Amino acid sequence: MASAHAEVENFPVHVHVQFEDIEQQNETYLVGMWAFMVTEVMFFGALFLAYILYRWHYQPDFYMAHKGLDWKAGAVNTTLLLLSSFTMVLGVHFAQLRKHKLVVANLAATCLLATGFLLIKFLLEWPAKFSHHLVPGYSFGTHPEYLYGASPRSGELFYSLYFLMTGLHAIHIIIGIIIIGALAWMWQRNDKIVSEDYIPTELVGLYWHFVDLVWIFLFPLFYLIPQ
Amino acid sequence: MSATTENLQEEEELNYLTNGKTLKSWLLTGDHKRIAILYLISTAIFFMIGGIFASLVRLELTSPTGVLLETETYNKAFSAHGIVMIFLFLIPSIPAVLGNFVLPIMLGARDLAFPRLNLLSWYFYMAAGIIVLWAICIGGVDTGWTFYTPLSTTYSHGAISLAIMGAFLAGFSSIFTGINFIATIHKMRAPGMTWFRMPLFAWAMYGTSVVIVLGTPVIAITLGLVMVERWTGIGIFSPELGGDPVLFQHMFWFYSHPAVYIMILPAFGVISELIANFSRKRIFGYHFVAFSTLAIAGLGFLVWGHHMFVSSQSMYEGIVFSLISFLVAVPSAIKIFNWTATIYKGNVRMHTPMIYALSFMMLFTIGGLTGLFLASMGTDVHLTATYFVVAHFHYVMVGGAITGFLGGLHYWWPKMTGRMYPEGIARINAVLVFIGFTATFLPQFIVGFLGMPRRYHYYYFAPEFQIYHILSTMGASILAIAFFTPATYLIWSLFKGEKASANPWGAHGLEWQTASPPDSHNFHHIPIVTDEVYDFPGVEYAHPSHGHKKKKSKSDDPATKEQH
Repeated sequence: MASAHAEVENFPVHVHVQFEDIEQQNETYLVGMWAFMVTEVMFFGALFLAYILYRWHYQPDFYMAHKGLDWKAGAVNTTLLLLSSFTMVLGVHFAQLRKHKLVVANLAATCLLATGFLLIKFLLEWPAKFSHHLVPGYSFGTHPEYLYGASPRSGELFYSLYFLMTGLHAIHIIIGIIIIGALAWMWQRNDKIVSEDYIPTELVGLYWHFVDLVWIFLFPLFYLIPQ
Repeated sequence: MSATTENLQEEEELNYLTNGKTLKSWLLTGDHKRIAILYLISTAIFFMIGGIFASLVRLELTSPTGVLLETETYNKAFSAHGIVMIFLFLIPSIPAVLGNFVLPIMLGARDLAFPRLNLLSWYFYMAAGIIVLWAICIGGVDTGWTFYTPLSTTYSHGAISLAIMGAFLAGFSSIFTGINFIATIHKMRAPGMTWFRMPLFAWAMYGTSVVIVLGTPVIAITLGLVMVERWTGIGIFSPELGGDPVLFQHMFWFYSHPAVYIMILPAFGVISELIANFSRKRIFGYHFVAFSTLAIAGLGFLVWGHHMFVSSQSMYEGIVFSLISFLVAVPSAIKIFNWTATIYKGNVRMHTPMIYALSFMMLFTIGGLTGLFLASMGTDVHLTATYFVVAHFHYVMVGGAITGFLGGLHYWWPKMTGRMYPEGIARINAVLVFIGFTATFLPQFIVGFLGMPRRYHYYYFAPEFQIYHILSTMGASILAIAFFTPATYLIWSLFKGEKASANPWGAHGLEWQTASPPDSHNFHHIPIVTDEVYDFPGVEYAHPSHGHKKKKSKSDDPATKEQH
C-alpha cells in the first residue's frame, strides 16, 4: 500500500488496485473466464478423443451396450439442465437490471434443477448400473443379459468412458451448484462484491452454460447411439 | 494509507522488497514481484534436486558395467531427473519467475490481472513439488518422465500415482499462470501500449500462455486416466482390455511436444530483449519475430506424431507429421536470422547477459538443426531412442531454455534486487556454462549416432563408447560448477553488490523507467506509451543514481515516432 495515492480511496470498493476502472476490470474478468473455458474444452476434449476412437473401433458393441442406459432418465436430465440454463440466463438478465429478489429466485431455481439432475443420476441411474454389474471392475459383466449382446471387453470400455465422462461432468455440476449457491447467498445478503455489477453473475453463468453444453454432447453420444 | 507527514518520506522509499517484512507478508502476497521471487527460490531448489539426479546418471555411465547404481535405481534416477527438471523447473522457470516479475511492468500495469490466482499457482506448484519428492522418496518412478502405458498402468510398481498427481497439480499451476498472462496482455496494457509496441518478451509470454492453456488440460486428463487405470483396473490404455496404448502416446505428445515450446518460447523472448539491448539497435524485423512466436506456438500443436514414427503410426501419417515438423524450422530460423541481423553493425557490449544470448544462438541452432535429423523419418528410425535424441533435446532445453533463463536472470537482476551482480566472475561463468555444456552434450551426439541407446546403464556390449561417456561426465562436472556459481555470487550481490540505478543498461522498456527495485505497485503513475520499446536512440545517460533516461523532447512527440 506504499504507493497508495489519494485517488485510490475514491475508487468504488470493488475495483481492485491493479485496474484503472470498473470497465477494465470487467473486461479482464471476461477474458480470463473465456481463457478458462478454453482449458475446460481441452480438458473434456481429450476424453472425447478417446470416445471417438473406441466408438469407431467398437460401434456395434457400443450400440448394444448403450441399451443398458436409460434414455428416458437421460432425456429428463437434459431437460432439467436446459431449464437450468434458462433460469441462469434470467438470473444474469435480472442482475443487469439489479432486481435482487428475481436474481436470487432464478439462481436458486438453477441450483434446484441442477440438484434434480444429480439426484436422478446418483439415485436412479448409477445404482442400477451397480446392481446390474455394469461398473467396470472385476465383477463387470457377470450379468451378461444387461450387456444386450455386447462383448464384455468393449462393453467395459463403453461403461468406463460413460463413468469417466459423465462423472467428470457431474463433478462440474457439483462445483457449479456450490458456486451458484454461494452467489445466490451473496445476492441475498446484498454483498457489494457481487451486487454492484452484473459481471460476477455473468461469469458464473458462462461456466454454467459450458457445463450444460458438455451434457448436450454427452447425452446423444451415450444414450442415443444409432445402430 | 494513513500516512502522517513525517513518515511520508519513508513510505516513498519503500519498495516491494521492504514493504512488509514478515513471513506472512510474503506467503500471502498478491504482488507479482514477490510471487516471482518465491518462484525463483523454489525453482532453484528443484533445479538443484534435478541436477543431483543428473549427476547420479552421469556418474553411473562412466563405467560400461554400471558400478554405482542398481538397474532399478538407475531407472528411478533418470525418471526423477526428467520429472523434476521438466515439470518443476523448465516449465515454470522463465514464465513464472522472469515473466511474473517483468511482464506487468513491461506492459505498464500495476499487477497481473488476477493476483490471488497467481499466488494460488505458486501453492499448487509447491504442492506438486512436495508430492513429486514424496513419490521419489517412497519408491520412485521407473517409467521415465513420459509415463508410457502399459508400463505405467500395469507393470510398474513405483509410486506412479503419486508422481502423476504431482505432475497434474504442476499442470494446473501453469494453467493459472497462462490464464493470468493472457488476460493481462489483452486488457491491462498501459495507454498507448499497442500490440506492436509490446516488447518481444511479452509476445513470447503470450505465445507460451496460449500453448499452456490449450495443451496442459490434455496432459492433465491423460495422466488422470493413467491414475484411474492404476486404481480401478479399467482398460482405456490397456490392450488386453480392448484399449489402445498408442492412444496414450498421442494424447501425451499432444501436450508434451507443445510443452517443449512452453519451455523454449519464453527463452526466445528473453533473447530478443538481450540481443536488442546489448547491440543497442532496434530488433531487426520486429513483426516477423513477433509472428514467428505465434507461428511456432500454432505449428507446435501439429507435430506431435514425430515422437511416434516407430510406434505403429501409419507411414502416411508419419510423412505429414515429418513435413509439418520441418515447417517449425522456418519461424525458428527467422528468429535466429533476425537476431543475427540485429547484432550486425550494432554497438555490441559483451556483458554477461549478452554472452548468454550469444551462446544461446549457437547452442539453439545446433539443437534445432539436429531436430531436423529426427524429424526425417528415415534417419529417425536409426536415431530413435539413442543418445542422439538425448543430446538434441538437451541442446534445446539446457542450451536453449536454461541459457536463456540465466541470461534473463542476470539482465533483470538489478531490477529485481536493486543490486548489480559482479560482472567479472559472471562473464567467466557464462563462458564456463558454454564450455561445460558443449563438453557434456557434443559427445552424446556422436555416441548416439554410433548406436548408444538412451536409458541403458550397461553398455558392456560396446566398451568403445566409454570414452564419450567419460567426456560427457567431465563436461557435466564443469556444468555443475557453472550452475552452482551464479547461486553463490548472486546471493553475495544481494548484500555486497553495487547498488543498481533504475536503468543500468540504457534499455528503453517500461520496466527500466521505474525504480530498482520497483515499489509495490510498479509505477507511481501509469505511464503513457508514445514510442516503441526498442528505441535506443531515445535513451540517454542521465546521472549515476538513475542511470539512463528517456530523452524528453523526442519521446513526448508521438508524431515523430509513428514513422517507423
